[in-house]
Amino acid sequence: MDLAELQEIGEKELAARKPIRIRVCTAAGCLSSGALDVQKRLEEAVERASLGATVEVCAVGCMRLCCEGPLVQLDPESSLYERVSSDQAPSIVAGLNGGAVTARRCDPGRPFFARQKSIVLENCGAIEPERIESYIAAGGYRALYEVVREMNPAEVIDAVTRSGLRGRRGAGYPTGLKWGMVAKNQGPHKYVVCNADEGDPGAFMDRSVLESDPHRVLEGMAIAAYAVGADLGYIYVRGEYPVAIRRLETGIRQARRLGLLGTQIFESPFNFRVDLRIGAGAFVCGEETALLASIEGGRGSPRPRPPYPAASGLWGNPTLINNVETFANIPVIIRNGPDWFAAIGTEKSKGTKVFALAGKIRNTGLVEVPMGTSLREIVEEIGGGAPEGGKIKAVQTGGPSGGCIPAAALDTPVDYESLVQLGSIMGSGGMIVMDETTNMVDVAKFFMEFCMDESCGKCIPCRAGTVQLHRLLARITQRKATADDLARLESLCQMVKLTSLCGLGQSAPNPVLSTLRYFRNEYLELLGDDAATPSSTM
Amino acid sequence: MAAVKTLSIDGRLINARGDQTILEAAKEAGIAIPTLCHLEGVSDVGACRMCLVEVGDPPRLMPACTTQVFEEMKVQTSTERLRNFRRMIVELLFAERNHVCAVCVANGNCELQNLAERVGMDHVRFDYLYPKLPVDISHERFGIDHNRCILCTRCVRVCDQIEGAHTWDVAHRGVNARVITDMHQPWGTSPTCTSCGKCMQACPTGAIFAQGSTVGEMERNRSMLTFLINAREKKQWNI
Amino acid sequence: MEHLKLATMWLAGCSGCHMSFLDLDEFLIDLAGMIDIVYTPLIDAKVFPGRVDVTLLEGAVANQDHLEFVKMVRARTSILVSFGDCALTGNVTAMRNPLGGAEVVLRRSYIDSGDAGAQFPSSPGVLPQLLDRVVPIHHVVPVDVYIPGCPPPASRIRAVLEQLIGQHPAQLAGTDLKFG
Repeated sequence: MDLAELQEIGEKELAARKPIRIRVCTAAGCLSSGALDVQKRLEEAVERASLGATVEVCAVGCMRLCCEGPLVQLDPESSLYERVSSDQAPSIVAGLNGGAVTARRCDPGRPFFARQKSIVLENCGAIEPERIESYIAAGGYRALYEVVREMNPAEVIDAVTRSGLRGRRGAGYPTGLKWGMVAKNQGPHKYVVCNADEGDPGAFMDRSVLESDPHRVLEGMAIAAYAVGADLGYIYVRGEYPVAIRRLETGIRQARRLGLLGTQIFESPFNFRVDLRIGAGAFVCGEETALLASIEGGRGSPRPRPPYPAASGLWGNPTLINNVETFANIPVIIRNGPDWFAAIGTEKSKGTKVFALAGKIRNTGLVEVPMGTSLREIVEEIGGGAPEGGKIKAVQTGGPSGGCIPAAALDTPVDYESLVQLGSIMGSGGMIVMDETTNMVDVAKFFMEFCMDESCGKCIPCRAGTVQLHRLLARITQRKATADDLARLESLCQMVKLTSLCGLGQSAPNPVLSTLRYFRNEYLELLGDDAATPSSTM
Repeated sequence: MAAVKTLSIDGRLINARGDQTILEAAKEAGIAIPTLCHLEGVSDVGACRMCLVEVGDPPRLMPACTTQVFEEMKVQTSTERLRNFRRMIVELLFAERNHVCAVCVANGNCELQNLAERVGMDHVRFDYLYPKLPVDISHERFGIDHNRCILCTRCVRVCDQIEGAHTWDVAHRGVNARVITDMHQPWGTSPTCTSCGKCMQACPTGAIFAQGSTVGEMERNRSMLTFLINAREKKQWNI
Repeated sequence: MEHLKLATMWLAGCSGCHMSFLDLDEFLIDLAGMIDIVYTPLIDAKVFPGRVDVTLLEGAVANQDHLEFVKMVRARTSILVSFGDCALTGNVTAMRNPLGGAEVVLRRSYIDSGDAGAQFPSSPGVLPQLLDRVVPIHHVVPVDVYIPGCPPPASRIRAVLEQLIGQHPAQLAGTDLKFG
């Protein structure tokens, strides 16, 4: 495969495109609302109307507005239809010839779409995820060519560093710096691992990217492998994402067939192959050292760090481990240049962030905005605010590791540092909106129950501590707790946070601490005077 | 050979080899740091968090058993908050399962019991969970009482790294985690167990015991394990 | 100087801690000169006084009577001492907890293992109801001093009493904290 062949594939694909395209979202959300059947009825209608020469129906990826799925959009007129049922589908085809369309229209220019900036998600909803030709036609694998044939590894790392990209999960470690560490470390073998074990309740950003644009992640990993000197990669996908797994398998197979993965990529000495590893239902395997242990075939238990995976990861070798969204940013950074990327976002947080908006919000779905966008803009203008005139009370970010940001702080710009200052974290990008009917102590208890269930059991503070924290929270919500219990709760939170072995335990108390900080009165209201509790001088 | 480093532990300047852990360096200098999941001769896992020490300024909590020393490292082993946390860890353990010292074979010879004294625990400030846990006496010589197990995994590591049988491992998650034999079967049916008794020697509490011992009679012979390790690694066959 | 008013009682316990108390031997004579024992099962007292300085409570809280008694004692006592492992941790008496609630235990004892005429023992007003869970005393009311041990050795009991009589806060340390 050389550049000319790559370009030819793209040109052929574009040339074969029919003038009119009917795009149907077939990401998980719309699939469960019946998108496949909608697609089938559309195809049948096109055939019945003998429009096959000018009209094609394409199964594409996520179109963002998940709460109104199944979504169907037409090119070039860009009409968008929401909640399309199987019965309404044929009318869309009829509408091409002036017939009445019974499906409900959705304004593609509404703030939910207009205010987003698609970089990571640029291909989602536009290309067909199960056809590599579709990705290539959109410019896919061009960045890999440039990297492999026109740049040396140091230049690639430099570009990523200058872009200012930070890891899109966890603490936002500078990506270029991490790549540089792996590149400099010595080892008989080096690996690139993609963490696709998206486990936060309410987070579906990675799922959407993998289902809608899997090749983007493969390309990003290949570029990373070239930069750090790795020749083998693993994508660790959670088992609960069967559509993503299937599309990744298809993508890997297609890429190998075209020589874009495997040996001597683009006729250079660079080899890179990717294998999938499927998770088996453990949230803790999203923690990098537990994930690596799982890939090695062991129990998904974290290991103390240092040593960090960049120095000693898979089987003791230097391992680069990044998240799906981080890798998804790489091809576009190479293509458009690091300065272009660095011009987006804030001084310390460059680029965009994908959020999964859910909860008490009108517009549930995927939102991609530049870093620095205010929370208010995200939840009120893009998200449409609370349904039925309710009032937003708090926004939870970072899942079970994060915190609740009160409505009073909604003007905060979203970036890594500002969220940490508010007592939360950016985390995965899950954003759950709560209104006046939400009880914040219940929220804290819910997330603690999650951490308690998902604790691996290796270290005592997390294994035994989360159980006790959950019991205390349950007692509080049942109005059986006293001020002593609250003091015990806070003291134990500090202990679990500071002494747990890995991020799961260290951040399990965050929702409690955050709700105590901003909604302490909700806890105090539930306390009683009965001295029917263990005495404590904790 | 790793270069020698100079570091300070509790204000004292000491020397250590660059590949030693804080725990090893402290031990050589006569400074005792409490441990539970650490066992001389097998790998360290940093699981119990008892050996957490404060390193540097602002202080970071790091496990002494897995953290390597570096030049001019400043370590505090016994600050007030560390002592507080250690007590809480022991209390969490006592609350987690059913540790009834009065009727336990290891009463008086138990590392957990000793630790409780050391951290000043006179009562447990957490809810006792009272889980229902089994006792497995299917093996002809030994038994395991899960009520007394603290999941330190010393048995797992000893059986894997010293005996080489890997009969023990861990199953399930969180508070439901359990040490299991082979494919989660009764110990007596294990085809891999060699009945060497190393796991019983390694167990810090009365969880793994020799059948026939009654309350307070389980005395362990830890020197048996040290002897084996010295023999293998240093080729020293007499103690 | 007014004598320290001391009360003792056992709840769900074997009275072994009280036997250990009696092991104070000759010190009991000295003790008699320093305290007034106002209530104890050892001297057939019938009424718990309205005001007590120190109460040593042995045993865990296992039935309804214990629950009420403990709350009454807490209200009338300045310094409440959890006396022995059963009071502190539940100990042997709490070993029925993992089996299930009161009914499971009663069924096993009186029905499954019973002979002819097996039935749950029942005598309302006389036989107290079993609680579904045996709990240490400090899970019911705040406790001031803890004496571990099964039983605590007499020397340990003496150390605490001397501190309390001398109006010092009672502090145990080292091997005096050994359970079991």
